[in-house]
Amino acid sequence: MLKIDIEYAMLTSEGKTNLEVCTEIKGNELLCLFGHSGAGKTTLLRILAGLTKPCKGRIVFNDIVWFDSENRINITPQERNVGYMFQDYALFPNMTVENNIGFAQKLKSKREVDELITLFELETLRHQHPGKLSGGQKQRVALARALAAKPNLLLLDEPLSALDWDMRTSLQLEIMKAHELMNSITILVSHDIKEVYQLASSVLVLKNGTVIKCGKPSEVFTLKATENNYCLV
Amino acid sequence: MDTDFINTLLLTGRLAFWTTFILIVIGFPLAYLLAYRRFPLKAVVEALISMPLVLPPTVLGFYMLVAYSPQNGFGKFMAEHFNTRLAFSFEGVLIASVLFSLPFMIQPLQNGLTSIPKSYREASYTLGKSQFTTFIRVLIPNMIPSIITAVAMTFAHCIGEFGVVIMVGGNIPAETRVASIAIYDEVQAMNYHVANQYSFILFIVSLIILTVIYSINGKKKIFF
Repeated sequence: MLKIDIEYAMLTSEGKTNLEVCTEIKGNELLCLFGHSGAGKTTLLRILAGLTKPCKGRIVFNDIVWFDSENRINITPQERNVGYMFQDYALFPNMTVENNIGFAQKLKSKREVDELITLFELETLRHQHPGKLSGGQKQRVALARALAAKPNLLLLDEPLSALDWDMRTSLQLEIMKAHELMNSITILVSHDIKEVYQLASSVLVLKNGTVIKCGKPSEVFTLKATENNYCLV
Repeated sequence: MDTDFINTLLLTGRLAFWTTFILIVIGFPLAYLLAYRRFPLKAVVEALISMPLVLPPTVLGFYMLVAYSPQNGFGKFMAEHFNTRLAFSFEGVLIASVLFSLPFMIQPLQNGLTSIPKSYREASYTLGKSQFTTFIRVLIPNMIPSIITAVAMTFAHCIGEFGVVIMVGGNIPAETRVASIAIYDEVQAMNYHVANQYSFILFIVSLIILTVIYSINGKKKIFF
């Protein structure tokens, strides 16, 4: 269970906006953060990972306080043990695919690296450096690396945005695979309603830093809501 | 070639080696601080480090001589506690050389660190790695061209240093007489042949070092 109640003053291209999120996410949920650019989706992911400090509030994950402004608690990203997949994947160019995955492990195990490599079909790319990989291949390596650390929480920042449609469909399955393997909460940022329907068990819609809707995709994206606020393409 | 000639070249190499070595040790933490941390008077620190790029070497040399004087604080401390007089000694020249070569080491390292995407560091932190592990395993391997540039520029600059050395060290054979000073000295004595030998060696060494830097920077993407 992840309890979030935070406030953060964001600086967007349209000026200052206050990000205010108060929600609870149950275990095993695949939650999608949905909204236009500048709504605060990436900022919320960064706050959960401990990369950005909220102005005030409280974050509790499975009864462990990660952040509490009143009691001056702010656990470092290293201690939170989240798997964070960046928009640019942030694969280390100096390491091979195998070494990128191995680097993430807390206890070194070649067998587990091999398992992840097999699971994400990276056998032929094992000794390649990230610079030689396609977008889809990088995404699979980044997912495998995020899972190698055995994270408590998986955070994916627009993991499919840079890919073409065919690639997106096949990699959505990889994300489902990663979520099932981790058996915990996954939070995913997306702009794409179709993607949200296919992947998410619940969706949280952000607009200018505020949560405007929360629930199952079928409840949130009713025809009326979609017509009023979002385009399907 | 006579012993004096060899000794002068060895001394030049020794000064350049130790200056570069000391600057590698202090350069990395300093460049890290300047690249990633905000602190009061950061702009002043950056300006002070870059001063040798615009300041005449004689200005730094003059202030170093003042500082080394046993009448003043630093010189007095060194004389009383270490029984060392820094003026006109190799150690004195070395300290001045380190200060004067600071920008040649710090600026390429700082540029190298700031050019690495922030997401690499953050990815490493979210994978549970400390700042030190991230620095050693992620940052350093991804800034090798900048490190080579920093080391080569510092070494090459030291080999050619004249103003600071003559102000702080004078012209003492086997102690402070480096090649650049020997060239000046030999020209004054009209020994143009020896001056040419020194000059040719400095020319070739500097050319090799700069060619290495440019060829490495030409193929910066070493892992791709």
